[in-house]
Formats: sequence, C-alpha cells, structure tokens
Amino acid sequence: MSIPQLLVHDHVDNVGVVVVEGLKAGTKMLGVVTADNSSFELEAGADVPIGHKVALQDIKAGDTAIKYGQDIGRFVAPVAKGGHVHVHNLKTKRW
Amino acid sequence: MPTHANLTIKGYRRDNGRVGIRNHVIILPVDDISNTACEAVAANIKGTMALPHAYGRLQFGEDLNLFFRTMIGTGANPNVAAVVVIGIEPGWTKKIVDGIAQTGKPVAGFAIEQNGDLKTIMDASRKAKEFVHYATELQREDCPLSDLWISTKCGESDTTTGLGSCPTVGNMYDKLLPTGVYGVFGETSEITGAEHICQARAATKEVGERWYKMWKAYQEDVIEQFKTDDLSDSQPTKGNIEGGLTTIEEKAFGNLEKIGRTSSFIDILEPAETPKSGNGLYYMDTSSAAAECVTLMAAGGYVVHTFPTGQGNIVGNPIVPVIKISANPRTVRTMGEHIDVDVSGILRREMTIDAAGDALIEMIRRTSNGRNTAAEALGHREFVMTKLYRSA
Repeated sequence: MSIPQLLVHDHVDNVGVVVVEGLKAGTKMLGVVTADNSSFELEAGADVPIGHKVALQDIKAGDTAIKYGQDIGRFVAPVAKGGHVHVHNLKTKRW
Repeated sequence: MPTHANLTIKGYRRDNGRVGIRNHVIILPVDDISNTACEAVAANIKGTMALPHAYGRLQFGEDLNLFFRTMIGTGANPNVAAVVVIGIEPGWTKKIVDGIAQTGKPVAGFAIEQNGDLKTIMDASRKAKEFVHYATELQREDCPLSDLWISTKCGESDTTTGLGSCPTVGNMYDKLLPTGVYGVFGETSEITGAEHICQARAATKEVGERWYKMWKAYQEDVIEQFKTDDLSDSQPTKGNIEGGLTTIEEKAFGNLEKIGRTSSFIDILEPAETPKSGNGLYYMDTSSAAAECVTLMAAGGYVVHTFPTGQGNIVGNPIVPVIKISANPRTVRTMGEHIDVDVSGILRREMTIDAAGDALIEMIRRTSNGRNTAAEALGHREFVMTKLYRSA
C-alpha cells in the first residue's frame, strides 16, 4: 500500500489526522481507516501541518466532532470537506 | 521465539522478593533544607545519587501522608539497593528510615540538628561508602519478565500518540498483563471526556463506581474551584495544540489507548500507594504532569516506565528508567536522541500495532538487562513531589 497522508480511527468519524509533513492545499490525499485498513481519497482544502485534523465531510457550526467513534467537542464554525479543523473552529464541551 | 510468559530478564532480586532493574544507592533528603548535605554526600561518594526536592516542612494531614508515601516508596523501590536519609531533625527522618527498612534493604538516617551540616555530611558519607561497596557486589540474576512492575503515562501528546505510541503500550499490556506483570496508568484530569469509557474498563462494577467517584471529586474539588478557559492552555497544553490536539476529550481518548483492548483495571491507588490486590492493571490517581506522575508511580513500586510522546516530552526519573516511544516522524527526526522506540512506521502503515508492541517488549527486556534509556543517558532525573495543598 502507498503511504497515506491521512489516517482516520473509525468509519463514523467526521475528522481525520494528517500524518505527513508539509501537506499542501489541493493534494489528493490517500486516507486510511485504521479500524479495517480500508482506504479512500480526499482533497486537502488547506495547507495542514502534520498531526492536525481535516474535516471528512461538510460540517455546520454546532455539529459534534467525532473521532475514535466518540464525541470530542463542538464545532463553533462551519468547515468544508477537506478543511483544517483545530482550535479556530472546534471547542471542548467541558471547560 | 519464546512466548511472552517465558521471557526472562537479568534483574536484582531484593530481600522482599521484588525484582529491580537498577541498583541505585540514593541519598534522600527528608526536607528542602537537607538537600545541601545530601548533595555533598553524593559528591563525596561516587556511585551514589542525591534526590533533592522542594518539600517536607510543615505539611499536615493527607498532604503529609502523601509526602511520607512518596519518600518511603522511593526508598523502598526495588531499583534502589540502599538508602541514606538525611533530615533536619530525627523524628521524621526515623519515620522514613523505618518505612524503607521494612523491605529488608540497608538504610540509615542522619539528623542535622545538634550536629551541623559538616559532621552530618562526614557521618553520612562513611555510611554511603559502605552502601556502595554492598551494592556493587550484588549480582544480576535471571528473573521472569513477568516479575516486572511496568507503569505508563504519556506526555507532550499529539494526534500521533493516539494513533501509534499509546496503542503500542496498550498492545504491550495486552500481551504482558496475562503473564503476571503489574501495570498502572493514571492522569485523572486527562481522562475527562472519556470517563465513561474508563469506568467501563474497571474489572468490576464496584471498582468502576469507586473510580468515577474519584474522578468526579477531582472535577469538583479542583477543576470547578479554579477552572479557566481550556485550563489556561494546560489541558490541552500549548505543545498538544501545536501537535494538532484540539480538545481535552480528543486527548483523553488518545490517552486511554495505553490500556489496550483486553485489559481491565482491578483496583484504584492513592497517589504513591503500593498495589495490594495482586498482579494486574491498576489506576493511580495522579496529576497529568509528567515528572509528578512518574515520581508517584515509582514510589508505588513500579520499576520501569513506558512513556509515549508525540511532540517530544524529555522527562526522566532518578530511579526508574523511562522508555520513550514516539510515532511522530518529525519528533523522531528533530529530537531522536530522546526516543528509545521509533514506531513512526505505524503512520506509514509499514508497522502494525502488534509489531510495535513486540518492539516495546524487546526494549523493556533490554532496558531491564541494563541498557540505559535515552533519558538516563541524557541525565534526566526529574524527582517531583505532588503537593495537595499549602503547607501550614
């Protein structure tokens, strides 16, 4: 298998993790779901640093972010599919 | 290839039956003002190590109990062959000496009042020299790897820890806990968001309920009292955020990958408490700050620590080897001197979690046989007491 640029924990997740350095907007990323090693393709909507997340689908403000198949917080701004997800658009529900 | 149950290491079998993998002679200050004498003794006698710290005066109640557990547990740890204890006065000094002596190892206490630093340093140095001769004649012997007590706590986490290095530790526990090792994880604030998953991993409903009560108490007594937005960039930390972690919930799910798929925890430990329910996995109520947590687990009796890191936490411990595991290729490239086990192949899908777990078990074996970890070679000896509240 080619080296993936994007890893996703679970099929129900709506965010995935960029796992290569220097990813540029427009890159057609190879994504792999680690739960079963299935793969898919997604175009990066922004330059995204290694370790940071991208949206796997179009997301509205108020939606819940799902990773590990679990609730990891609330989106506070809309994100287009392939867009960068981080502290500017995702917040904890805790503190 | 032997099965995991048949693996052996060369360790030090102590009088109380426990197996250590280091053979330190430590000079332990009872209090902040005895650090100077301890450091002087360690400078005089080669092969000893002082463990300076900031506390030990005017503590009381539960905070003082924790202090004594940490001091006595550190001296009692099987990685320690013998201990010189120095305090300003003889009362608390004796309490620590007596606690350590229960292991059967050589320990001696010295008090500075009515002697002064200089006479204390001379008397303690003579005793420390005796202890070095004693310790250096002890031989490593074959011991089952299953006699190890293996702790874990991650640090400077990022999204790669949840994908790679934490599942590597989890895989190691899934393979070694059934052989009879003791395990421990903790970091109470950092389970927040995944507390329902953690509670479900308790071995019994009763342990799960006690766990939730403990977690909830921290939320109510500490977080609710002092909380700020994102806990002032402390949960997640600035380093976590740089590494792509956005929320405490996301961090918590990555953290919990360390306990694997099949293990459940059999009991809950107070900070620095020694397990009393037999072999298996324990939860210790600790801070998520690396040096504090590793110090508490070492005081609980754990002899080797597995430490997944994403962005590159460089922590070590004076008496316990801290094995660093990283899946982040940038961290391995830019600060590889701190990393013992490179599992970045997991992100490239070149390495399975199963293979990464085996690589970690092999590094635990080599470390137990005497290989110095990156943190040991670089001189990281962070010994940090956990304080529950202000002293009197």
